[in-house]
Amino acid sequence: MYQYTDFDKKFVQLRAEQFRDQLERWERGELTDEQLLPLRLQNGWYIQRYAPMARIAVPYGEISSTQLRTLAHIARDYDKPAPELLAHAQATQDELQDAQPGATLAAPPLRYGYGHFTTRTNVQFNWIPLNRAADVMDLLASVSMHGIQTSGNDIRNITCDALEGIAEDSIVDTRPFAEITRQWSSLHPEFTYLPRKFKIAFNGAEEDRAAIGWYDIGLQARRAEDGSVGFTMKVGGGMGRTPIIGSVVREFLPWDQLLNYIEAVVRTYNSYGRRDNKWKARIKILVKSEGQKFIDAVEKEYQDIVNLDGAPHTITQAELDRVTGHFVVPELKAANLPSKVNTQGQLYQRWLQQNVRGHQLPGLKTVTLSFKRPGFATGDADADTLDALAQLAEQFSAGEARLTHEQNLMLPWVHESDLPALYDAARALGLAQPNIGLLTDMIICPGGDYCSLANARSLHIGNAVTERYQDLDELFDLGPIDLHMSGCINSCGHHHSGHIGILGVDKDGKEWYQITLGGADGSTLSGPAIGGKVVGPSFTAAEVPDVIEALLGTFRELRKPGEFFIDALRRIGHDPFKQAANGARRPKADQEALAEQD
Amino acid sequence: MTMKIIAANAIPAGAEDQKTLEIANDVELAELVASGALDGVARVELQFPKFTDGRAYSQALLLRRRYRFCGDIRATGDVLIDQLVHMHRSGFTSAVLAEGVDAAAAERQFARFSAFYQGDVNEPRPLFAREATLESA
Repeated sequence: MYQYTDFDKKFVQLRAEQFRDQLERWERGELTDEQLLPLRLQNGWYIQRYAPMARIAVPYGEISSTQLRTLAHIARDYDKPAPELLAHAQATQDELQDAQPGATLAAPPLRYGYGHFTTRTNVQFNWIPLNRAADVMDLLASVSMHGIQTSGNDIRNITCDALEGIAEDSIVDTRPFAEITRQWSSLHPEFTYLPRKFKIAFNGAEEDRAAIGWYDIGLQARRAEDGSVGFTMKVGGGMGRTPIIGSVVREFLPWDQLLNYIEAVVRTYNSYGRRDNKWKARIKILVKSEGQKFIDAVEKEYQDIVNLDGAPHTITQAELDRVTGHFVVPELKAANLPSKVNTQGQLYQRWLQQNVRGHQLPGLKTVTLSFKRPGFATGDADADTLDALAQLAEQFSAGEARLTHEQNLMLPWVHESDLPALYDAARALGLAQPNIGLLTDMIICPGGDYCSLANARSLHIGNAVTERYQDLDELFDLGPIDLHMSGCINSCGHHHSGHIGILGVDKDGKEWYQITLGGADGSTLSGPAIGGKVVGPSFTAAEVPDVIEALLGTFRELRKPGEFFIDALRRIGHDPFKQAANGARRPKADQEALAEQD
Repeated sequence: MTMKIIAANAIPAGAEDQKTLEIANDVELAELVASGALDGVARVELQFPKFTDGRAYSQALLLRRRYRFCGDIRATGDVLIDQLVHMHRSGFTSAVLAEGVDAAAAERQFARFSAFYQGDVNEPRPLFAREATLESA
C-alpha cells in the first residue's frame, strides 16, 4: 500500500488542526451552522438522523493493521451515544416500526461501537459526538488517515478495483495514477465548491470491477500496441434519481495527460453545471443535456490548458516512478500455522471456490472475509472484530488488508499454504461464510436506521434475506446474484446496478420498496453497466423477502442447466419475473388480519 | 503576491479613479476578453452570491493564467474567511469580507499550510515539479 511521505503526513496533521480551529470558531459562534456545514462535510462529518456521522477515507481500500487498530480504538472509545440519545433514537425507531403493523419486518436494534465499510471504501462511524470530532481526526492523522473530501461538493475520495496491483488480469496497476490524482484533488483551490459532489474511479484490469460506468469520471487503463499506457475516459455516469452511464470522451488519453484532462472536465463542470436544483446538479445532467457540445467544450478547454496555459500538471515520468515506488510490496512470509481443517470437506472447498482468488504472484492468493453474516448489518465491524482483523492481516497478509466495493474486507497477500489456518481463524471470527458473489453478499446502505436522507430502512430487509438464505446448498444452487439495496434514491446501496435492486421509498410516512431487475455494474458476470427496470408498484417490507423468493423460484423454473440469474433474466425477458413478483403481494385484507394478530 | 483583506465596513470611501469592471459569475470570459472589455481595467470584481457557489474561482484563475490580467482581482459578496486561501491561490488579490466577519481571524488562515500538492496561480508548478527542481539544484 502507499507509504506516506513526510509531506503527506504533515499535510494530514495540518488538516486536522485546521478542522479543530474551524470547530472551535463554530463553538464560539464565529461560524454559523450554515457556514460550518461545507467545512465539516469536506472533512467527512455529517449530521445524521440522530448523531453526527464520520466518514473516513481509505484510498483504494488499502488499510494497514496499525490503521485497523486505530479504527478499533475509535469504535470502542468514541462511537458511543449518550444513554439518553440512544434511548430517544431507539424509541423513535420503535414508533416507526409500530406504525406499520403487519407490513414490516423484525427490526434489529440500533447499535453503536461499529465501523461500517461503504461501497466507496470509506469507513463510517455513526455515533461520535461533534465535540470529540477534533480528537478523532488527530487520532486518525497519527496513522495517516483522514476524512478529506469524503463528503461535500468537491472531488471525493478516489476508488479503484480492490485487486489493483495483484489481479491476474491486470493491464496496469492504476493505484499510482489514482494517488497522483488524489494528491492533485486534495484541497484544490478552484474545485472545492463545485455544483455537486464529484467521484472518480479507476480500473486497471481486463474486467471492470470498479463500476467505472457509474462514476462522474471513470478511467479504464489501456495499453496501446506500442506498450504505452493510457486511459479510456468516461464522463457523466451516476446513480441517484437519474441513473446514467458515463459517455466516452476519450478512447485513449495518454497517461501523462490525465490531470490536464480531468482539469478540463471539472472546470467545464464548475462553470456550467447547474446550481439551481440539487437534483440536476451532477455532471451527468450537464453531459446528458449538452451531449456532444459538452464533449467539444471539454476538448477545447483541454487544448487551451495545453496550448495556452503551458499544461503545468502534465505528469512526469519521474513523478510516476516516485509514486509507484511508494506502493511497496511488503515483505512476504508464510505464517505456517497449524490447522485441523478438513481441507477435503465441502465447507472448506466452497470457501476456496467463493472467497479465494488467484494472484499475480506465484504461491499467493487473495482471501475475502465476508461481512455478510447473520446478526450483523452489511459491512459492519465492531471494535473487537477490527482488532482481530488487524491481527489476522499481520499473521497472514503482511499487515495489509483492503476494503472492497462490495463492503467486505480482503487480505491481499496470503500464502496458499496458509489457507487452511486462515480459514480456521476467519471461521472463529464468523467471517468465513462462503457467500462472496452469492445472493447474501448484498450491498446495503445504512438506510433509515441511521441516515437522515433515507426514506426507508434497509437493514431489516438485509437481515431477513440473510436469515432466509442460510442454506448453502440453496445459495450455491442459485449461483452468483447481485442484490443491491438503497434506503433512498441517492443510491448509496447501488440498487440501480443490482441484478435485483431494492429501493426504499416513503409514502405518507410509511416505508415502501420498489424492486428493479436487470441492473449491471459492468463486471464480466453482469455485463455492460446499465440501470435495472422497475417491476411495478412498491411493496411493503414484509412482502420483499417473498418477492425475492418468487423471483428466484421463477429463475429456478425457467433456467437452463448452469445458467446464471442475470443471463436467464436477459434471455427470457422480465415478464414472467414481474408476474411472479406481483404474485407475492399480500392482499390488503391479509395484511389487516396480520395487523390485528400483532 | 499577497492578498488585501478588507472588512465590510472599511471599503475606502470616496470615488476611486481606477477603472473597475464587475463580472457576474456566469459570464463567458473568452467573449468578454475578446470584446476588449478588460482594456485599461485596473480592478476586476468577481462575485460570490453565496460562499458555496464556486464559479468565480475558475474565472479568477482563467483571468490570471490564460488572459494574463495583471490588475487587482477582488472577491465580493458572501466572502468568509475559510475560503480566502482558495481565493488567493486562484488569483484573487483582494477580498471584501461579508458583514460581521473578523478580518484578524482571516489573516491566520494564511499561515497554516506551507505548501499544497497542486499548482495554483501564484505557484503554477505542482509539488512534484517543485521538488524535482529542488533536487536537481
